[in-house]
Amino acid sequence: MEDLSLHILDIIENSVAAGATNIEIVIEEDIVGNLLLIKINDDGRGMDKETLTKSIDPFYTTKGTRRVGLGLSMLAQATKEAAGSLDVRSKPGKGTRITARFVYDHIDRKPLGNMAETITTCIAGSSPKADFKYRHRKGDQEFIFSTKEIKKRLNGVAINDPEIILFLREQIEEGLQAIQKGAKSEEIKDWRFGKNT
Amino acid sequence: MKKLKIGDLEKIRDKVRRTAVLRQGKARAKVTVHMGTCGIAAGARDVLTGLLKDIRKKKLDDVIVTTSGCAGLCSREPMATVEITGKPPVKYVDLTPEKMRKILERHIVKGDIVNEYALAIGSERTH
Ligand SMILES: Nc1ncnc2c1ncn2[C@@H]1O[C@H](COP(=O)(O)OP(=O)(O)O)[C@@H](O)[C@H]1O
Ligand SMILES: [Mg+2]
Repeated sequence: MEDLSLHILDIIENSVAAGATNIEIVIEEDIVGNLLLIKINDDGRGMDKETLTKSIDPFYTTKGTRRVGLGLSMLAQATKEAAGSLDVRSKPGKGTRITARFVYDHIDRKPLGNMAETITTCIAGSSPKADFKYRHRKGDQEFIFSTKEIKKRLNGVAINDPEIILFLREQIEEGLQAIQKGAKSEEIKDWRFGKNT
Repeated sequence: MKKLKIGDLEKIRDKVRRTAVLRQGKARAKVTVHMGTCGIAAGARDVLTGLLKDIRKKKLDDVIVTTSGCAGLCSREPMATVEITGKPPVKYVDLTPEKMRKILERHIVKGDIVNEYALAIGSERTH
């Protein structure tokens, strides 16, 4: 994978495949602590101990179509290259919590990539019942995006309509640009697309 | 700096309300972009976004776009399956956004299968 947003897309696809209806993505760019944190939490069917231990083994998959499971082990590899770590916690019937840590300024840390496109690709491809919450923090700047809130506003119009998807993509892009620039907190409030649900 | 306004979302909503209802009700074509690990690594996300942009540009209100997991043919990713109502699905391989655009123009709009990009014509399954 070229960048971390593609890894994240792949990890979220696992959550969707596990039947999750609430998927939370958290990115924290802690410049002072020189740490990049990525969390993906879902309420899908989860994994038992055996699947969990095998899930970061590159030769493991429970899907019949391919003999080699790749996604999680590739992310584990990406964290290792940047002196970080991958933590996967899961409970059958409860869900899965994945935390990836990277040394922020490590020379081999992959760039974040296009998170707006990753989030909207997930929305475009999932059941309209699935909800995504995306929180991105850089220093004291925060962007929050929540499909629950958007769906309320859409009032019955499908969120995965191409025109809505592309509009949301632009909005997320602009919101992320704003926190990168370090806009004042009051301004950031206007970028919040949905409350902390 | 342009600020996000929930009002903008509501404007778009009202604009697409009619076509969105049409799309859900009687889609003539469905495109499934395979978004498994190998597909993502090979550029499937760009193929999907390009497709959505072209659908918006051409104002096609009877085409549905969705994604699926790994199709089991990792070396031929990115892949997409095109289903026109009443016709057998067609699987396209080694895609780029440019190839996807040709498929949209020729197969989805005009009904002519783009044989040079197609894998096989038959009873393919999407999951
Ligand atoms: N969020 C999740 N919820 C439940 N099971 C998961 C989750 N993520 C991964 N798994 C399990 O771990 C296996 C390996 O995942 P992955 O490395 O992405 O490979 P693949 O998706 O190709 O099987 C999956 O087949 C699945 O059984
Ligand atoms: Mg996977």
